[in-house]
Amino acid sequence: MSTATAVDERVSKASPLTRLMRRPEIGALMGALVVYIFFAVADQTGTFFSLDGTARWTDVASTYGIIAIAVALLMIGGEFDLSSGVMIGSSGLFAGLLMTEYNIGVWPSIFLTFLFAAAIGFTNGWLVVTTGLPSFIVTLAMFFSLRGINLGVTKLLTDTVRVAGIAELPDGSPRPGYESAKAVFASDFSAYSFRIAVVWWLVLTVLATLVLTRTRFGNWIFAVGGDSNAARNVGVPVRRTKIMLFMYVSMSSCLVGIISLMRLKSMQAGQGVTQEFIFIIAAVVGGCLLTGGYGSAIGGTIGAAIIGMAFIGIAYAQWNTDWTWLFLGLILFVAVLTNSLIRRRFQGARK
Amino acid sequence: MTETSSHEPAALALENVGKRFGSVIALSDVSMSVPKNQVTCVLGDNGAGKSTLIKILSGVHTPSDGQMYVNGEPTTFGSPREALDMGIATVFQDLATVPLMAVWRNFYLGNEPTRGFWPFKGLRTKYAKESCKAELAEMGIDIRDTEQPVGTLSGGERQAVSIARAVHFGANVLILDEPTSALGVKQSGVVLKHIRNAADAGVSVVFITHNPHHAYLVGDNFYLLNRGQMMAEYTKENVSREELVKAMAGGAELDALAHELGAKG
Ligand SMILES: Nc1ncnc2c1ncn2[C@@H]1O[C@H](COP(=O)(O)OP(=O)(O)O)[C@@H](O)[C@H]1O
Ligand SMILES: [Mg+2]
Repeated sequence: MSTATAVDERVSKASPLTRLMRRPEIGALMGALVVYIFFAVADQTGTFFSLDGTARWTDVASTYGIIAIAVALLMIGGEFDLSSGVMIGSSGLFAGLLMTEYNIGVWPSIFLTFLFAAAIGFTNGWLVVTTGLPSFIVTLAMFFSLRGINLGVTKLLTDTVRVAGIAELPDGSPRPGYESAKAVFASDFSAYSFRIAVVWWLVLTVLATLVLTRTRFGNWIFAVGGDSNAARNVGVPVRRTKIMLFMYVSMSSCLVGIISLMRLKSMQAGQGVTQEFIFIIAAVVGGCLLTGGYGSAIGGTIGAAIIGMAFIGIAYAQWNTDWTWLFLGLILFVAVLTNSLIRRRFQGARK
Repeated sequence: MTETSSHEPAALALENVGKRFGSVIALSDVSMSVPKNQVTCVLGDNGAGKSTLIKILSGVHTPSDGQMYVNGEPTTFGSPREALDMGIATVFQDLATVPLMAVWRNFYLGNEPTRGFWPFKGLRTKYAKESCKAELAEMGIDIRDTEQPVGTLSGGERQAVSIARAVHFGANVLILDEPTSALGVKQSGVVLKHIRNAADAGVSVVFITHNPHHAYLVGDNFYLLNRGQMMAEYTKENVSREELVKAMAGGAELDALAHELGAKG
């Protein structure tokens, strides 16, 4: 198979290089290096390489990455969620409206918003496992529904298309709890203004990786995506596993929604729409198979890093930012192509 | 309900069980019992309904009619998990392995060994890899690397993984659906020996095959399934191998089989 066969097949081991190349995110990691060097060279401002520049692109990458990790896990579990982008807006609006229209405290509002996101994720998952329809369709329906609700409810309650006034009460005094929530979700640290979202992103990468590779639930994620029938037959709770993954994605979007709300002190009704594809691109660039059963959490993180570098790198290279989308399209194609080549070369019969 | 000779309730029993898939009648009015510590063989041609039968026993399907009994108690399984929790493990004909997952992950899928307490409950990966390798060696299979995805194994190796897994987790009942179909002669021998050993060690075995020679080697009781119906029931004492082969062939293909038998004998 991979290495030269020794006399006793039991002692013949895959070489360290082969083992490394078998990692699902190896293509993305090499791609990230190439992209990093590319933008470091193309940089016209001399900041991309600096800590300031790093703070900028990791900031973009972090809010994409938090959700991309969840989307990667869901994709490994064999499903999609097209409502992951719009959920950012829904969550931010939900929390913002609770605070401004219903005078609920900042922290209770955040708590209720996470419950709301869990319920949306549960609905997605429950509909998928119960109807047997493709998650692509179910979550597309959820996407459009939420998009309509976001606009409709916001206009109904505020007569505008945004919720504002998160930081202050109507009388102009600071809203109690806002500062502490801002510290948790939207503060800066260090002289180079790295933002706290980066910490959330990295911590979630580590947690998701541990869950995926070191727990029973992680084993089930691979199994339900690889062959849900076989998984059920050996006793894996397929429905529960998938529903939990959908809930995780929605709650990640919720976290990003809260982060945005705390940063901007307001929320547009259209926030997050079209980002769902960026998360999917990050997961796929990171080595997740569209067909499920294969991938890694760290792959989603690397994919998000590449996208963050592209957004900021193109600006620093002083090109028109419209080119970002072309760049993302090319990255997606090249990454998937190399991933599949690497897989074929180093993993034999893997699909 | 059906019970064989002894007063002890059967490990598994079916009473007038039927199974329909839409307009397809896969099984009708099937009764059988699986006595404890014995090997019960179910023989039948392709499409006879053998796999459907074992999927009812293992909780994949619920019967459309009739009743199932476990240890004499009327039981309905809602999922394979419930059967597994009662110590009933199955080697499915499609093997129920996930191709992209490592051998050891497949081996322990659904029964992962963990340590610690929630939320710090972790897989015992090192133990799982080592014991999986040992269990497979027991089956006469040397897996070079338990990290290898199951999809890269040969058909026979994959079958061995599935069998070793069921033997490992089938504390009370072991159900095997044509487990030797992809195996070589030597490996088939190993599997047949394990079936016999399991029964001698107190496990009740259901062995599905369309090979009457294999069945006769290890079986205590024999059921003959044809076109979704139970045609006959034998015990080892009251049937000879020739009779079993003849019954299964149903006359038409008798000559060809007799020829095959002659060649083997
Ligand atoms: N899920 C299903 N849906 C429809 N028909 C089925 C299904 N499963 C089995 N059958 C039919 O039931 C019959 C018996 O199948 P099976 O139990 O697999 O036979 P065997 O294992 O004895 O070869 C076949 O005719 C098959 O087409
Ligand atoms: Mg069959």
